[in-house]
Formats: sequence, C-alpha cells, structure tokens
Amino acid sequence: MSAAWTIADLEHWNERIQEQVEAFGLSCYAQEFEICDHNQMLGAMAYHGMPAHYPHWSYGKSFERQKTLYDHGVSGLPYEMVINSDPSIAYLMRENSLCLQVLTIAHVYAHNDFFRNNFTFGHTEADRVVGAFKTRADRVRGYVEDPSIGVDRVEAVLDAAHAVSLHTRRNFGIRKRTPAEQRERAVEAATPRHDPWQQIHQAGELAEPELARVPLEPDPDLLLFIRDHNPALEDWQRDLLTIVHDEATYFIPQMETKIMNEGWATYWHHQIMNSLELPQDLHMEFLVRHNQVVRPTPGDLNPYHIGFRLWQDIRRRHDEPTAEEIAEHGEPETDGRAAMFAIRECDRDISFLRRFLGPDMMRELGLYAYEPQGEELVVTRVADDPGWREVKEVLLRSVGLGGVPVMAVRDADLGGNRTLLLHHDHDGRDLHLDFAERTLGHLRTLWGRDVALDTVLECKLRRLCCSADGITIESPG
Amino acid sequence: MTTVFRPYPSSDALRSDRSAGDRLRHRKKVRNAIRENIADIVAEESVIGQSGDRIVKVPIRGIREYRFIYGDNSGGVSSGDGDVEEGQVVGRRPGEGAEPGEAGDQPGVDYYETDISLDELIDIMFEDLELPDLERKAMRQMAVARGTRRLGYRRKGIRVHLDKRRTVVNRLRRKIAHGGKPQKAAAPETAEKKQRFPFNKDDLRYRRRVPDEDMESNAVVICIMDTSGSMDTMKKYLARSFFFLLYQFARTRYQNVELVFISHHSEAKEVTEDEFFHKGESGGTRISSGYQKALEVIRERYHPELWNVYAFHCSDGDNFSQDDEAALAAANELCEMCNLFGYGEIKPLESYYGGSSMQEKFEAIEAGNFQTVMIKEKKDVWPGFRSLLDRERKPGAAAPADAEPAEG
Repeated sequence: MSAAWTIADLEHWNERIQEQVEAFGLSCYAQEFEICDHNQMLGAMAYHGMPAHYPHWSYGKSFERQKTLYDHGVSGLPYEMVINSDPSIAYLMRENSLCLQVLTIAHVYAHNDFFRNNFTFGHTEADRVVGAFKTRADRVRGYVEDPSIGVDRVEAVLDAAHAVSLHTRRNFGIRKRTPAEQRERAVEAATPRHDPWQQIHQAGELAEPELARVPLEPDPDLLLFIRDHNPALEDWQRDLLTIVHDEATYFIPQMETKIMNEGWATYWHHQIMNSLELPQDLHMEFLVRHNQVVRPTPGDLNPYHIGFRLWQDIRRRHDEPTAEEIAEHGEPETDGRAAMFAIRECDRDISFLRRFLGPDMMRELGLYAYEPQGEELVVTRVADDPGWREVKEVLLRSVGLGGVPVMAVRDADLGGNRTLLLHHDHDGRDLHLDFAERTLGHLRTLWGRDVALDTVLECKLRRLCCSADGITIESPG
Repeated sequence: MTTVFRPYPSSDALRSDRSAGDRLRHRKKVRNAIRENIADIVAEESVIGQSGDRIVKVPIRGIREYRFIYGDNSGGVSSGDGDVEEGQVVGRRPGEGAEPGEAGDQPGVDYYETDISLDELIDIMFEDLELPDLERKAMRQMAVARGTRRLGYRRKGIRVHLDKRRTVVNRLRRKIAHGGKPQKAAAPETAEKKQRFPFNKDDLRYRRRVPDEDMESNAVVICIMDTSGSMDTMKKYLARSFFFLLYQFARTRYQNVELVFISHHSEAKEVTEDEFFHKGESGGTRISSGYQKALEVIRERYHPELWNVYAFHCSDGDNFSQDDEAALAAANELCEMCNLFGYGEIKPLESYYGGSSMQEKFEAIEAGNFQTVMIKEKKDVWPGFRSLLDRERKPGAAAPADAEPAEG
C-alpha cells in the first residue's frame, strides 16, 4: 500500500491528538516520529529501536529471523516502535494507512507518558539514552578495530556476557547496599544484643562475623561482580561487561512492565481515537485495527488484551462500582482516572496483576495454567473457584522477568581456590540442564576460573561444577 | 510538549543497511557450524541429489545463545475461550528452532535447523577439504580463443588505442626536462604569451591488446553401479550419496561436467539418472561388463586428451569369480584413462555377507590413481570421500593398501 497521506496530514492529526493527550492529563516527553520503510523497521527491531547500537552477530541473526518471518507472512511488523528516551523516538511505517498512523501516534503518546512516569524507568536517564548507546557502540567498535583485540575476542566476551546479562537486580526501586553498609550489617548481626539480664543469662556463643567473605551478601549483579572481582580481566573486557550490564538495566523495566505498558497505551489510544470525531471511514478502520490488537491469542497471552481489559476494569471499579464491590471494599476513595494515574506510577506487571487481577476477570479472560507432559501441553488448572489462585500464582511467576531464573553470587572463593559459587533461588521450576551447563561455560570464560551453581534438580539439591574437564553434578553432603 | 516528524529519507545513502555487518558475522558462524558437522550433513537424504538453488535444511549446533532458562517442569498461563477443562491437551511442546528466552520454550535436543542453499553448502563442503589447486596438474585443459584483452602500453598502434592521459603525461615530462615549468592555472594573458610546446611522436602511447586465451576444462563423471539382486535400497542410497559428492566436486573444479550412468549386473548398459537409481535389476554380477562399457563410452565420447575422466564404481563386492581376471584387467585399463578411478565397496553392517570381496582382489592394482573405499554406514561417506581425494592430492602414490578410509 503506497502512502495515501502526507506529513501535513500527520501534523494535522498530531495536533488534535496532542489536545486530547493534554486534556486527558498524560504528561509526556517531547516526541519525535521517524517515517521508515519495512527494512528500516526490521533493522530497528533487531537493535531494540536504538538509533545507535554496538555490533554483535546476534542482532544479525535476529534481523534475519524477523525478515524470514515477515517475508513468509508468518508475522507482520509492529505498527509502532517507540523507545524510552527524552525526546522519545518512535518509528512510523511508510506503508501503513492514515488511520494506522493516527492510531499509532495516539498509542505512542501513552507509551511516552508511561516511560516518563512509571517508577521502574526512574534510573534509565532518558535524556541521555541515545547518546549513551552511541558512546557504547563507539567503544565496542573501537575494541573490534583495535588490532591487539579484534572481533573474535570481543565477540567471545560479548557472547558470554549476553548469556547472563539479565541476571541483575530486577526492582530498581530497591537500593543496593554499599559494601560498607553490608559490612556494618554483618557486624551488627554478629554483635550480641544488649541484655539487661546479662548476669543471670547464660552467655550465648559469640560468632565471629565472616568479614573476609566475598560477597558479604548474595550479589545478584553477576556481570558487575565478575567485573569487580576478577583481577585477570583487561580494561576493555571490564568495559564490555559494563556496557552489557548497562544495556540490560536499561531494557529490564520494559520487560517488567510489558502488560501494564501495552495495556496503558492501548487504553489511551482507544480513548483518544474515540474522542477525535474521526470521519466514518477512518473510524471503521480504527475499530478493525483496535480489535486486531486486543484480540486474545489462543494458547498464549496477549499483553495488549490483558492490559487493556485490566485498565478498563480498574476505571470501572472506581467510577461505577457494583453493589457487591462496595459491600466488599467500601466506596472507592478516588475517581477512576486518578486511580489509574497513581497505579501507572507505582506498579509493575507483577504487582499490577497481583493487585488488580481478580477471579472474575480471570474467568472473563479464560485463563488457565498448563504444564508440559511428555510431548504435550496439558491444562493443569482453570480459573474456577478454588483453582484461580493457583493459576494466578503460575501467571505471577512467569510475567516480567519471571522466565529468568533468579541467581546470585554467594561466594567468590569456594574451597579456597577462587571458584565462583552461584545460588539459584529454586521456585519449583528446574533449570534446563543443557542450557545451564553451557551458560556456566560462558561464566567460566568470564570468571577465568571454575564456576559452581547450587540448584535443585528433581527435588534434590545439586551442585553443578564447571571446570576445564567439563561439567560434573554433585550432591552436596 | 513538542513533536517533530522526520520524513522518509529520499536518498538511499541515508537509509543505510545497518545490520549488514552483523548479518555477515552471523552467516560466518553458521558456515563454521556447518563445517564442523559436515560429516553428519552430507549423508542426509535431503541433501543428496538436489539441484543447486534448492534450499535445504541442515541441522547445526553451536550458534544458539545460551542463557539460564527453565526446563521440563515449568508450565505457563494462557488465555482460552473459557471452555478449557483440566486435563485437556492444549498444544504440543514447542519444537526445535524456537529461541531460548521465549515463553514456553523447552528445547529438547541441542541443535536447530537453518536454511541454506545447496550451492552454499557444497562450497562449504569443499572448502573443508582444503585442496590447494590439487587437481591442476591432473586437469586437462584446452585453450580457447576469447577475443583480446589489454596488456600494458606501447609506442606504436592504431588511433583508437591511443591513451590520451599517458600521452599528455609524457608530453609534460618532456617539457619539464626541457626546462619549462609545469603549467599552472595562470591568467589567460600569460598563458597566451607562453611558447607553444606541441606533442611529439615520442609522447604517444597506445594501449596494447593481446589475444586472450581461456583455459576450458571438461570433466566427465562416470558412475558405474552394480544393480544385481544383492544391491538393496540401502546400498543404492549409499552409492548415490557417493556419486553425488563426486559430481559436485567435479562441478566446482571444472567448467563443463557431464554425467554418465552405467548400470551392470551380468551385462552393462548406459542408463538415465532416474533408471540408474530407481530401477531394480536382478541377476548375477560381472563387474568387467561395467568396466568394458565405461571404456567404450570413454573411447567414443570422452577422449582423455580433452576430458578429465572421473570414474567410480559402487558394488557390494560380490562378483562372479570367473570374471575376476577380466575385471582386474579392465580396471587397470580404466586407471590409465581416468584422472581418478575409485571403487567403493558397500557393505552395510546389518547385511549378512559371506561372499567374496573385490576390494581384496583389487589390491593387485598398482596405479596411483586407483582408490578403494569401504562404506559400511552413512557416516563413512564423507571420510571415505575425503580419503579418495587425498589420493588424488598425491598423484603417483602407491596403490592403497589400507581399506579403511582415514577419519576426516
């Protein structure tokens, strides 16, 4: 479809959308729209929308994969791609119709508002993002071009760093304790409490605080820990670890708020489009497109669908509560709009679903939990009366970074030979053993010494040790 | 709140293909991965006997991005239409090819498939052989006139070949040698005052053209197969993969490659490719008949002066014993005519074998370009093929004493 619209059309609609955005009270960064073709869109997708990004073969792989899917018509391209920066940058596909562009513009403003106001994005320094990515890209290219380093060595470090990049802190609202504070806490924990009845109480045994232990408290930032505690790393290697870590922490908030964010944008584009008094043909197309976006995908979760329904439900519960809801929770304290704005500021997917996904809504969405049995996926629980809690628990475990096992460094000197010990917080789901072994191999590359991982396999404590001879699985005594 | 619209860049230069470098890097990794698994891949049914532009799927290892992910006992939540019941099967476990990190991904085996064109695969295969111009010596080439090409400059020539640039440069040189200064872009008056300094005959330079010769090379691959009753489908399949490799090898080295198919039992005849692989025959085996037919074909159509002849014979080694003498003689004659004459004895492990083996009898052949290969199963095909070409790498080497091909 060739473009049946001009930039002037877009500017005209943009003006009207902005009026609505302001009337609804969304507060956005400045916005930039770039018109692109499908190849540029594929490129933007491969590099997470960033205008500059360091090179790595995995992005080429991702591009080819997307392109194959697109060329064969298996998957379409997203209508919109917007990045969390100030000014925010969004891409509009040249091939899309005017209606889709208007819809996308409205959708983008809501994302923009979410990026600016949700607490999880607080640390991302949106005003410096584009420059920061460019600088990182330049640094990596510098190492690739450095004759004493070269692309193969850079790739080896990046491959390994990518493998564990998501093993970092997830909730940036919680401050990490400094080493001094950790030390203080360790001393404090070991110091006997003041006891006014000291003379008649038997003295408890004094435990020496293990202050020589590294780390004092489990450290979830794998890459940073290795960077700071492996003396054999060269400066450029340390820098690469920092780069990968920084990018991961930039993208994690988007993973952690996928349902909220898409739901929020969908809710507001729906509101805005309905208030624009679109001509009839545009309005009809809008209805079709909107329904395509929020259509439930059988056998999967559509974040647009779930998010949209939840935000709608939140508003309804505050503005038009049913008698039962009033009886149960009392009169709502604020109106729906104010409640929504407060929630978009202080929640992320896991808390959002925990707080606002009730059994009725789960039934309406037809949620069910499944588990693989043999080669098949079998429904284990549906959202009926006793079952919904279980379904919800499974859901809460899998949203956001729920698919990434929680790991932390426990010891940097296991057995006195500088073996790195990781601990997996087992929550009922076992690790994929083959993947775990190979990831440990990557960690060993970075750490330069043996690496061990404590986990649970088939309900038994197991320690995976990765050394030069390969992987051994021990059961700790 | 300000908003900017950036229009679609009209020039191509502004729409650079930013992922080109990374795609190249990825492609390289895929090629490396394929090279490491070449022995598994070449014996795949899907690869053998396809045309070059066909895309084949090959299993590759090692370019997955590994992360810690959950394994077998992790489920998930989906939305359904509300009629889903407990215990209902809602789908299959995601298959191979899914990316790690995606929801519900439980890869079972550590490999995934990639698409590659057959030509690219064959490139990679023969890259792996690391054959530095090995067959140059053996290659028979013909010079074919192909017009002319440029080669240097000279002082005499026809007008159309005049190289103006060089001529002007020569004139300038001469002028400087005469004490004049090289002309600068001076004011027009001073230029007019300057003395004329005309071109001399010595300044002229002509492009030199020489007749071009091109070496053309022709090869013929003669596939001889025993189609007697004892050659079952499995044996034919193994033979087929071997012929395929030989053909592809010849195709990468020569401009013209022709194929001749000869099937024999107690008598031999030339057949089409389809008949060759699919038509079952029965009866006894006279290997010499196949060789005689091959010799006949070579004499008639593929004179060794003009053609590089590659002959390969596949059999299960069960020959009519009175024929052995004749077969040996014919084989010796073939060796004289061919760049390479190979004999592959196909004895799948499971097949009972109590009869004779031609391989032992062929040990008597002393020609350096004769080579025997023993193939027992699919995975022998590639190492066998390699050892065959190893022999070609050392023309004049002693006749193979070892039956078992070296591990590649």
